[in-house]
Amino acid sequence: MGLRLPSKVLEHILSFIDSNEDRNSVSLVCKSWFETERKTRKRVFVGNCYAVSPAAVAKRFPEMRSLTLKGKPHFADYNLVPDGWGGYAWPWIEAMAAKCPSLEEIRLKRMVVTDECLEKIAASFKDFEVLVLTSCEGFSTDGIAAIAATCRNLRVLELRECIVEDLGGDWLSYFPETSTSLVSLDFSCLDSEVKISDLERLVSRSPNLKSLKLNPAVTLDGLVSLLRRAPQLTELGTGSFAAQLKPEAFSKLSEAFSNCKQLQSLSGLWDVLPEYLPALYSVCPGLTSLNLSYATVRMPDLVELLRRCSKLQKLWVMDLIEDKGLEAVASYCKELQELRVFPSAPDLDEANIPLTEQGLVFVSKGCRKLESVLYFCVQFTNAALLTIARKRPNLKCFRLCVIEPFAPDYKTNEPLDKGFKAIAEGCKDLRRLSVSGLLSDKAFKYIGKHAKKVRMLSIAFAGDSDLMLHHLLSGCESLKKLEIRDCPFGDTALLEHAAKLETMRSLWMSSCFVSFGACKILSQKMPRLNVEVIDEHPPETRPESSPVERIYIYRTVAGPRMDTPEFVWTIHKNPEIGVSHLAIK
Amino acid sequence: MSTEEELQSNVSVASSSPTSNCISRNTLGGLKEHNYLGLSDCSSVGSSTLSPLAEDDKATISLKATELTLGLPGSQSPARDTELNLLSPVQLDEKPFFPLLPSKDEICSSSQKNNASGNKRGFSDTMDQFAEAKSSVYTEKNWMFPEAAATQSVTKKDVPQNIPKGQSSTTNNSSSPPAAKAQIVGWPPVRSYRKNTLATTCKNSDEVDGRPGSGALFVKVSMDGAPYLRKVDLRSYANYGELSSALEKMFTTFTLGQCGSNGAAGKDMLSETKLKDLLNGKDYVLTYEDKDGDWMLVGDVPWEMFIDVCKKLKIMKGCDAIGLAAAPRAMEKSKMRA
Repeated sequence: MGLRLPSKVLEHILSFIDSNEDRNSVSLVCKSWFETERKTRKRVFVGNCYAVSPAAVAKRFPEMRSLTLKGKPHFADYNLVPDGWGGYAWPWIEAMAAKCPSLEEIRLKRMVVTDECLEKIAASFKDFEVLVLTSCEGFSTDGIAAIAATCRNLRVLELRECIVEDLGGDWLSYFPETSTSLVSLDFSCLDSEVKISDLERLVSRSPNLKSLKLNPAVTLDGLVSLLRRAPQLTELGTGSFAAQLKPEAFSKLSEAFSNCKQLQSLSGLWDVLPEYLPALYSVCPGLTSLNLSYATVRMPDLVELLRRCSKLQKLWVMDLIEDKGLEAVASYCKELQELRVFPSAPDLDEANIPLTEQGLVFVSKGCRKLESVLYFCVQFTNAALLTIARKRPNLKCFRLCVIEPFAPDYKTNEPLDKGFKAIAEGCKDLRRLSVSGLLSDKAFKYIGKHAKKVRMLSIAFAGDSDLMLHHLLSGCESLKKLEIRDCPFGDTALLEHAAKLETMRSLWMSSCFVSFGACKILSQKMPRLNVEVIDEHPPETRPESSPVERIYIYRTVAGPRMDTPEFVWTIHKNPEIGVSHLAIK
Repeated sequence: MSTEEELQSNVSVASSSPTSNCISRNTLGGLKEHNYLGLSDCSSVGSSTLSPLAEDDKATISLKATELTLGLPGSQSPARDTELNLLSPVQLDEKPFFPLLPSKDEICSSSQKNNASGNKRGFSDTMDQFAEAKSSVYTEKNWMFPEAAATQSVTKKDVPQNIPKGQSSTTNNSSSPPAAKAQIVGWPPVRSYRKNTLATTCKNSDEVDGRPGSGALFVKVSMDGAPYLRKVDLRSYANYGELSSALEKMFTTFTLGQCGSNGAAGKDMLSETKLKDLLNGKDYVLTYEDKDGDWMLVGDVPWEMFIDVCKKLKIMKGCDAIGLAAAPRAMEKSKMRA
């Protein structure tokens, strides 16, 4: 007979446990631990909004203060998920409003949020403080106005890369004159001009404001005036830098920046003219995060800026930095942990930029703390990958996008198998991996064998056969999210490893060879998987062996969802229901 | 695990039907082979046909095999048929053939076998017949699968033949015609937010007054009743007709009617009577917000001028649009500007 911990004691212990993974483990120990844990969990994270019903979550965690939800699959970012697929926030907001009125924070990613949702939030949660919407859509500035007007304790309002119906800049004026609680405001994705005087007053009366990210409509003059009122900022997203270059404008800007002694993070910089960059020099030594990925500045102006950023930990930049610039980064930015290099011309037929695999090799050699990489490059070599793996075994996230599909090692014409083998083998802590270029099944054999900690894997235009998927599903123990496009395999491996799919959050496959027949079988055999066929044409009108356009498979305890649009087919779990009634909407 | 065994047995029932009749034919004992990239049926291939290929041929062939087309794997774009059918179906690399239900032993041994005869597996011919129909997913902009404005060029450019850059075998490619580059949906994987922003940024850096948004390439398109916005790149259209058909594909219930589709060379103006017919006869009209913040009917002014002044597009119900600027007022405005 064991000793039972009084629940008060357990509660106290649990108050030290923040990680949800740990809390999930705690809740599996026994019923009383489950009960104690669920009553004390404050921050709830749901990685797939269809994996569980809102009512169930609300019921389980009555003391919820913070809810984070993700909706659409990641590939929705690249337009591979048709509009109208789903990911609606409303059912969640409704359920929380009814059961968890003490909710204070809502963070949504890739979800459809309407003005109605925002109004409901404003009306239902008296202590609401934090709203962060990332890559969301479906709402207008009216909804934002409702939040601004009603949430008296609003601390954080961030709209990150959302698609917003912009009805004008009035929303800003809805912040009451009495509101002084703002800590973070990000409206960088909105188009319309806000009244600068409203913004100035808001900033002036918000002494706790630490993060301010403006939209491109805010001019340089506006920026200067705002910086004067908020020298305590630690994060700044500038407005547009495009303006007539006047000498007094430059010196005012310079002065304003030099007064911001606590600035650590800088972004925005749309249209920044090279002549204005020196105004930033005074903040460079303190910067830990710099996002130049929208700044069309070229070499050598970039280097002049970057060589002053000795404390930089995070750098997002475009390929305009070239190999030379990355060489400079490698020698000046020794604290660099995260590097993202985006293509300045995403279309394949644009001009060549002198950015090659060498740039990434420089940084891998010079920056010992580098652990996260996103790199777009036209082509690559195995040798470079081997060097990167050898030099940076501490990589946690490695996403390489060789822009040319099926591009082999351009020096040897071989597939990039060896290179990715080195990455998988050498970087033992790798959690996220995106592969590209010419890859055969061998590459995936290596990845399956070595990449034991990889949780998210993205694959495009690769592999030869079903073996690829077989290697991945049988080898990658920690795999949680797998997304695949345009690869030549399907049924066999999928069905063979159906059980594995229940250990993962989701699997996305588009333009592969998965047949409708296999989808049916999978769905019928696996009751806790939703197998969604996303296809323009009704699957029953074609032979069962014909491949479907896209499938999205995810584990769920909520059963098939009821909000699917016409082009999403969820296969009925009951095999007795005949073929003609197979798909339910 | 019993579930897996069941699954495997079901697999053999469900999906082997198109392929079982091929098993005896194929010396390597598996499915009918199709190159993933849509090269011709290779049922006659055995190891003997592949090994004598010269190094150069292989390079050329692998180059061809890396050319991109839009459409599903297995479909072929018409332009490529003749050339590629002449080549024996080859792969980018030569892999041993894998049977339908690989056991672990087989996998190990076959991967060590020689690579002289590599063939990719694929589906049978049943795929081809609707592959053609479905290649429309990529080549046309079906409203169900709209792409962001930045990738709209899918409809504008030709079905592609992408010639990979920087490969040593590039010079061997002189036989295939240089064509417009491939526009693959969602590739490279750059968020449309980024693409749109960059495009706007590039445009604005040319402007003197420095006010972003005015005359921007990308304009938002909203429609009454539709919950979401789209963005379109006005520069990617040459006239009202193109804009109209693109928007039509984006918004199913949207009908622009005859606006802009008159299309006689240089004639982008609509008469007043035609506009009235438009308003009376159709459910929806296309309107735009100009630099002054006024809402006008699309089609009043010459296309070039329109691009310059249009800030936003809105698809309104015909009844709501009555009273919007008809041609005479629009012309007055444009005269004032000129």
